[in-house]
Amino acid sequence: MTLIPRARAQHPLAYAPGYKTSVPRSPKLALISMPATPTEDTGPVFGQSMLGELDNNLVLNLTGDPAIGERVLVHGRVLDQSGRGVPGALVEVWQANAGGRYRHKKDGYLAPLDPNFGGCGRAITGEAGTYQFLTIKPGAYPWPNGPNDWRPAHIHFSVFGHAFGQRLITQMYFEGDPLIPRCPIVNTIPDQSAIDRLVAPLDMNGSKPHDFLAYKFDIVLRGTRQTLFENKKEGM
Amino acid sequence: MVQKLDTLEETPSQTAGPYVHIGATPNFAGIGGIYPEDLGLKPFPDDAEGERITIRGIVHDGTGTPMRDVLVESWQANADGQYGPGTQGWARLPADQENGIWTLETIKPGAVGAMAPHIALWIVSRGINIGLQTRIYFDGDDLSADPVLARVEHRNRLPTLIAKSDGPGSWRFDIHLQGDAETIFFDM
Repeated sequence: MTLIPRARAQHPLAYAPGYKTSVPRSPKLALISMPATPTEDTGPVFGQSMLGELDNNLVLNLTGDPAIGERVLVHGRVLDQSGRGVPGALVEVWQANAGGRYRHKKDGYLAPLDPNFGGCGRAITGEAGTYQFLTIKPGAYPWPNGPNDWRPAHIHFSVFGHAFGQRLITQMYFEGDPLIPRCPIVNTIPDQSAIDRLVAPLDMNGSKPHDFLAYKFDIVLRGTRQTLFENKKEGM
Repeated sequence: MVQKLDTLEETPSQTAGPYVHIGATPNFAGIGGIYPEDLGLKPFPDDAEGERITIRGIVHDGTGTPMRDVLVESWQANADGQYGPGTQGWARLPADQENGIWTLETIKPGAVGAMAPHIALWIVSRGINIGLQTRIYFDGDDLSADPVLARVEHRNRLPTLIAKSDGPGSWRFDIHLQGDAETIFFDM
């Protein structure tokens, strides 16, 4: 298997001055394009045995007592570009608490920490590429970009497929949040349909009455193809 | 209208943000008790064969400032030029929060096919909207037949991919996101 090239137009621009920190942190010169090599076509493989029982339960995994906030199940599938589920993929998430406060020493926002909320979780996808997390819906929070910029409620996702060249970090947003179109980080993505694919719909069928609501978030990783008609090896 | 292709678009990237360590290295971030230890603390077990090396570096932004909130991941072959199994060859390298130095204690990789020994890096942080891919090669190795390096048109940029020895088993590899010494980043 070999990776197909990344469609860069689906991704944010490196230099997106509305998001101020990208200005000094974006390469000025062009990326050098190459076919993927065995270094990009391979990657680390994580075993289910590394997971603890509460690793995908952010409501309970810090102290065992429940965190405060809107209880939500976030679930979906990790797919490749052919629509096949990717089993055995490590999915890591992190987020602020219900008030928009991160458990991080650099977060000085006045909203308080929740003593029962850590804010990280992880799961490994099942046979069909499925994963799920039980968590608290994060709050919006202000950030020092424009004079009055607020991040929409979001959950950060880090995903490993089967290849280091598939490595992806992204953010999931919640359906209907009016802060989404105002966010300079969202708007680093030039294509509206690409932005829409980061917004998780409310999924009443996935919810549990008197317990939690659900949102569905599918993640598509860069695809692979069989190495057809590649008998000219070029040393790679 | 022509037929539709039955392929999906890749999920767009977003920045890892300033608090990536909460999710990737929570123990490093001071959140203990959720995972027994952070992932990717070392790429190979202590008894793995090969030459032990340490690589240190700083990721600089366009003003020359060390990026203290950067997270680097590395992926490499073992001493025989083989990848895996499991997570062997993979490491996570959070920068020191005071001086921005990341440290990779590993084994010098073997050549993979015609490619000279190299370590792939993937760099994410606040302000980086999509992870940056680059490679570490080693000064003193024969790089003349490497098919990736051979395709770099601006040969004067190649030194940005080559680690320099600064002592026995010790290497230095600094990364510059912008400027005169801008590191080569790949779309591979």
